[in-house]
Amino acid sequence: MKSKRILVKGVEAIALGALAGGCNCYFGYPITPQNEIPELMSVELPKRGGVFLQAESETSAINMVLGASAVGARAMTSSSSPGISLMSEGFSYLIALELPCVIVNVMRGGPGLGGIEASQGDYFQAVKAPGHGDGKFLVLAPYSCNEAYELTAKAFELAEKYRNPVMILSDAILGQMKEPLTLKSPKIKTLEKDDWILSGAKDRPGRVIKSLFLDSAELAERNLKLKQKYQKMEVEIKFERLAEGSEELIIVAFGSMARICKEAVFNLRARGYPVGFFRPITLFPFPRKALCELAESHQKRKKFLVVELNCGQMVEDVASALCGKGDILSLAYPPSVLPFPEDIEREIIKCLNLSTSLNV
Amino acid sequence: MRFEIILSGFGGQGILFAGNLLALAGMYQGYQVSFLPVYGPEMRGGTCHCTVIISDREISSPLVKEPGYLIVLNLPSFFKFIPRLRSGGLAIVNSDLVERRETEEFHNLTMDKEILWLPLSSLAEQAGSPLALNMCAIGAFNGLLKLFSEKIFKKALREMLGKDKAHLFEVNRRAYLKGKSAIKNLKESI
Repeated sequence: MKSKRILVKGVEAIALGALAGGCNCYFGYPITPQNEIPELMSVELPKRGGVFLQAESETSAINMVLGASAVGARAMTSSSSPGISLMSEGFSYLIALELPCVIVNVMRGGPGLGGIEASQGDYFQAVKAPGHGDGKFLVLAPYSCNEAYELTAKAFELAEKYRNPVMILSDAILGQMKEPLTLKSPKIKTLEKDDWILSGAKDRPGRVIKSLFLDSAELAERNLKLKQKYQKMEVEIKFERLAEGSEELIIVAFGSMARICKEAVFNLRARGYPVGFFRPITLFPFPRKALCELAESHQKRKKFLVVELNCGQMVEDVASALCGKGDILSLAYPPSVLPFPEDIEREIIKCLNLSTSLNV
Repeated sequence: MRFEIILSGFGGQGILFAGNLLALAGMYQGYQVSFLPVYGPEMRGGTCHCTVIISDREISSPLVKEPGYLIVLNLPSFFKFIPRLRSGGLAIVNSDLVERRETEEFHNLTMDKEILWLPLSSLAEQAGSPLALNMCAIGAFNGLLKLFSEKIFKKALREMLGKDKAHLFEVNRRAYLKGKSAIKNLKESI
């Protein structure tokens, strides 16, 4: 069976995924390397009766998302690292108010204005503390155009299911490269929202969506409710595992880095090296249990080499997940210096030959 | 089967257009493809390049260290990418902007590599527009490797040009054919 394939950039796949997921409101402010998202949305949303609005700043855009979500729209915004930081106050409010929305971060190098090359430097910001307070996003990290399309569409359903913002964490390489996208119509559920949205209090008592709780017991209860929600999200955990468990070394990587690493792993496996591959797709909740199971399989102690386009962030989650059940090694590439698969292969062989592991 | 190609030249020589077209035609021919442009400050004045992979298997890394094929449209690109060309690899070089004698003292760079010199700029002018040298290069490349059919080239070119530039279709197609016959003549003369 032949399905329709089109050649698109990663960021265009995200925008098409959002449309497939029923997005009807987009608010944003331009920044490289994600401008193709607002460009495409500005053409497509008005045609479908939706709203496209270029705000005067990122702060404004995220608060428009907040307003649209509160009245029941499927709202999204997209930006890149410095713009995401500007939105972080709004993120905290969205989490506190339990408003569903989709936020796309096409990461570029930092800190500060950094550069426009690919980076994974916002990992901590995305998974640990998108804003102040104890709040979390559900974070999805696609690594291809097809996945970017499918995950973005699904993100709208997940956001409504948990009444929580969902972040799509991409980067400049995945965003700017073109590859074939198979257009499908994903099955995205629309959840009942009539019991909480601010739709006008005609024939019913008024509702309040607020984040200020001056009564300390009430605030604690609120935080515990959010915590339970994050635990429930664990059923959404996704990962890709290319490892039997008998390998000596497992590469752990996500996003664009996972693609470079996968090539290196395939090449080495073809030459008989005992190397496996593990790719978290949900970064929060993190696939802790799956990593542990892999570490314990075949009753053989393994090395875990965590490769990232930053100075070493996800490695801390891998170390905490494994809890001493494997030797953790970090291979960290600061933004802009992209390694080739051959470079990773060389590092893997070096790590295989290490008799004592450098524990992080 | 897997082809890794780096295309490089001045910003404005149509490198990204040509790379994108190559990937699109590859996709229509039924292959897996990836097209990775380099963007940003490099686009203005300096060299601009892109990486295209055409394969019958899934493509993991879009980055290629040592490509099997190069399309080189200017001198800086020659020195930047010929050292990265895989041993046994093949480069199509624009001899109008890369003079052979300028590169002769660096002959160690081209050992074990096949360099095909074609006057792509002049061929494009003969085809009707100096701007179409990128299509001469694609014509030469596909004439050599026969990755996609004439019909698919036309389909991809039409899509790339869109409605706004549809009037440029014929000149681009002529340039493609010029490149294709030039490489055929060159291969026959070697």
